[in-house]
Amino acid sequence: MNVETSILSPDLPATTERRSLGDRLFGGLTWLSAVAVLLVLGAIIVMLYLGARPAFEKFGFWHFITTAQWNPVTVQFGALSPIVGTLASSVIAILIGLPVSFGIALFITEMAPPWFKRPVGTAIELLAAIPSIIYGMWGLFVFAPFFADHIQPLLTDTLGELPLIGALFQGPPLGISVFTAGIILAIMIIPFIASVMRDVFETVPAELRESAFGVGSTTWEVVWNVVLPLTKVGVTGGVLLGLGRALGETMAVTFVIGNAHELHWALFEPGNSIASTIANEFTEADGDVYTSALIALGLLLFIITFIVLALAKLMLLRMSRQAGRQS
Amino acid sequence: MTDASLVNTNDAPPAHPGITVNLGGVFTNEDSEPTTDRPAAAVNIDNPKIEVKGLDFYYGKFHALHDISMRIAEREVTAFIGPSGCGKSTLLRAFNRIYDLYPGQRASGEILLDGRNLLDRREDVNRLRARVGMVFQKPTPFPMSIYDNIAYGVRLYERLGKADMDQRVEWALRKAALWEEVKDILRQSGKDLSGGQQQRLCIARAIAVKPEVILLDEPASALDPISTLKIEELVAELKESYTIVIVTHNMQQAARVSDYTAFMYLGKLIEFNDTETLFTNPAVKQTEDYITGRFG
Amino acid sequence: MNIYTRRKAINAFNLGASVLATVFGLFFLGWLLWVLFAQGLAHLNWDLFTLDMPGPGAESGGLRNAIVGSLGLTIVGVLIGAPLGVLAGTYLAEFGRYAWLSHPVRFINDVLLSAPSIVIGVFVYEVMVVPMGNFSGWSGGVALAIIVIPVVVRTTEDMMRLVPDTLREAAAALGAPQWRVVTNVVIKASLSGIMTGILLAVARIAGETAPLLFTALNNQFFTMDMNQPMGNLPVTIFNFAMGPYDNWHDLAWAGSLLITLTVLTLNILTRFFLRTKK
Repeated sequence: MNVETSILSPDLPATTERRSLGDRLFGGLTWLSAVAVLLVLGAIIVMLYLGARPAFEKFGFWHFITTAQWNPVTVQFGALSPIVGTLASSVIAILIGLPVSFGIALFITEMAPPWFKRPVGTAIELLAAIPSIIYGMWGLFVFAPFFADHIQPLLTDTLGELPLIGALFQGPPLGISVFTAGIILAIMIIPFIASVMRDVFETVPAELRESAFGVGSTTWEVVWNVVLPLTKVGVTGGVLLGLGRALGETMAVTFVIGNAHELHWALFEPGNSIASTIANEFTEADGDVYTSALIALGLLLFIITFIVLALAKLMLLRMSRQAGRQS
Repeated sequence: MTDASLVNTNDAPPAHPGITVNLGGVFTNEDSEPTTDRPAAAVNIDNPKIEVKGLDFYYGKFHALHDISMRIAEREVTAFIGPSGCGKSTLLRAFNRIYDLYPGQRASGEILLDGRNLLDRREDVNRLRARVGMVFQKPTPFPMSIYDNIAYGVRLYERLGKADMDQRVEWALRKAALWEEVKDILRQSGKDLSGGQQQRLCIARAIAVKPEVILLDEPASALDPISTLKIEELVAELKESYTIVIVTHNMQQAARVSDYTAFMYLGKLIEFNDTETLFTNPAVKQTEDYITGRFG
Repeated sequence: MNIYTRRKAINAFNLGASVLATVFGLFFLGWLLWVLFAQGLAHLNWDLFTLDMPGPGAESGGLRNAIVGSLGLTIVGVLIGAPLGVLAGTYLAEFGRYAWLSHPVRFINDVLLSAPSIVIGVFVYEVMVVPMGNFSGWSGGVALAIIVIPVVVRTTEDMMRLVPDTLREAAAALGAPQWRVVTNVVIKASLSGIMTGILLAVARIAGETAPLLFTALNNQFFTMDMNQPMGNLPVTIFNFAMGPYDNWHDLAWAGSLLITLTVLTLNILTRFFLRTKK
């Protein structure tokens, strides 16, 4: 035993204080912060509901979401047009974005030579970082005119002539439309979906891929028959993530969708989305009912995206657990 | 340390019946055959630094340690040996209650440190850990300078002026046989040292708080042979001031370094004796099988 | 065509399509950046940083007040959001690691991470702008903080989890109480990662428009008063782009370039740091 003992001699009485003050203070502080995160979400839902209630009470919930009429003068508001516009542009975004993202993910994981993988991956991720308003600028000043002059007439003349779906591909060659918004959204969500897909593809154990190649499968067959089925939960999660983003996108859509409260079958007609409606009209809304109707739109959007994102998270969680079990 | 010949090609000594087991009078076994549940043949350790009484340990539902009883002699080196999964690290980690960090791991029974049960929930676990230090298998330098690494534990419990702290740091580094190598680079990060130096840094860090017991969990298994040798020499010196308990999977190391050895298997203490006896004349067949390499 | 040839053809087709898809994606990135640089650089000049926003019909002008305003709002957003985010992330990684509370918090945090930012703007409008009676820089900062928090929580937790448990055990084995283990060892070891996470959050809010639309609004004139509507780049770009004047459009492009350069630089920097960390 050292001659000079420290202050920790065994003669000291045991202390009944189990957790030091520092632990309780600091731990409590972190606990509060964690709870704050939950509270923020709760507060958002509560405030939105309170703000939306007048509109729901005046118009009735179902009537509100099924009527298209939007008239600030007669104070009649119906959310159908923004809802349809949001869904339509998002669906277009997924229809275009999903195959492209898949192709990119396939390219990066199976085809790209190692020295190329990283730059391409980084480039795609940089696409994700570009703010919405930049896409809006580009969309409004560059893409929309280009689309109106070169692509839209092509589509109208070919697809527009087909029976049934032909009615979708009609509209004035302005480039400002639900369809354009959908394309811009597709470009915006491609990096998200592609990143998730790539990460998820890479969780497939090397041995599994190697055994598939080992029996003579082509690259495509390995991906389609082995990688995809294994990762379909994660892939779905990624798609839902992209969908969630598309539904909530504001600025890019606002620039090119046209801000028209009209319902058309034709996709090349201007329309609006929930986010664009709020963005365009909120500061000018006079009167409580008008404002409340807009907040009601916001509540609807929040609920829709919440559900989609919660689903996406659940799927991605299941995916990572599966991957954990396999490895 | 004893250079016991470990390969016993003579007639295998039979398990001795009728051995008086004297672990502080816990049980005496005059006539019954020693079974694998009870340590056979023991030494008399009076005034043990640590006394384990009926310790059970659980990882969740898994019963990892079964009714362990033993005595750790003061200022001697006690080694725990046994095949992987036998519970030697689990037992070691009970001595400073480091398992408390993880929910689902719990111990029952008693571990007396100088007569006081350290498993008692009312004991201040932080103070306990300052008295019972630990060095881990992988070197774990903190992300700070070498000086601050050593000073870290000291600063938790003592207020030393700069001169006193300098002295303490130098003292600890000398004790760990590291001073000459780092005395000019004290302000550099601990991570810049080699593996063997980092481990000696961790030992110095543990010594600096002046513990009474030092627990070493396979301290040299991640190191090259030369560093391992240095660590073993260190252990031999340190035992003059500290009670040392070392877990090792290297039997030769245990034989070189320790005064007492405990052989464990599947969570049970099979045999406990002074090292020379255990390695040259094991009382339990299982011990002999392990030592001669028949399993493990 | 026998089976084998057919399989090879399908393979070639799909792989080719994948290459096309990648080219498609990269093409748009290139197009966008090209246009941005072409238009933006043309109107990048010192006036941008020295003159305030031009009114309708005014000939000359810059973006000075918008740039300063954006800086101010970003700083407020980070000052409020980052500490909260780091603390909550610390809870998830350390104090609350085994607590049941960490599961809902993590879940909700990830939902907030991708929530539509316009809804956050409406929320802050209701809780701050309405009671205060006017648009203000403070409410804009708060809206940005709400966007910062989930990003910082996520990255803080991820970075702290990279610190090996043996380091924590080593500190605990010396007798350090948990709060010291966390502050002296864990946070120290993961500090650069946490800072990187904060940078990522800054990159995220640098271009956010929607949350500012009804909180900070916009201000044509230079002001440092956070109690007033605050000029900022994104909303200015929005207003100018939608307006009828050519010089407004030019300024919108220049502003877009500024934002994009900031965001891309920050992203590349953080990417670099994270890579060396792992």
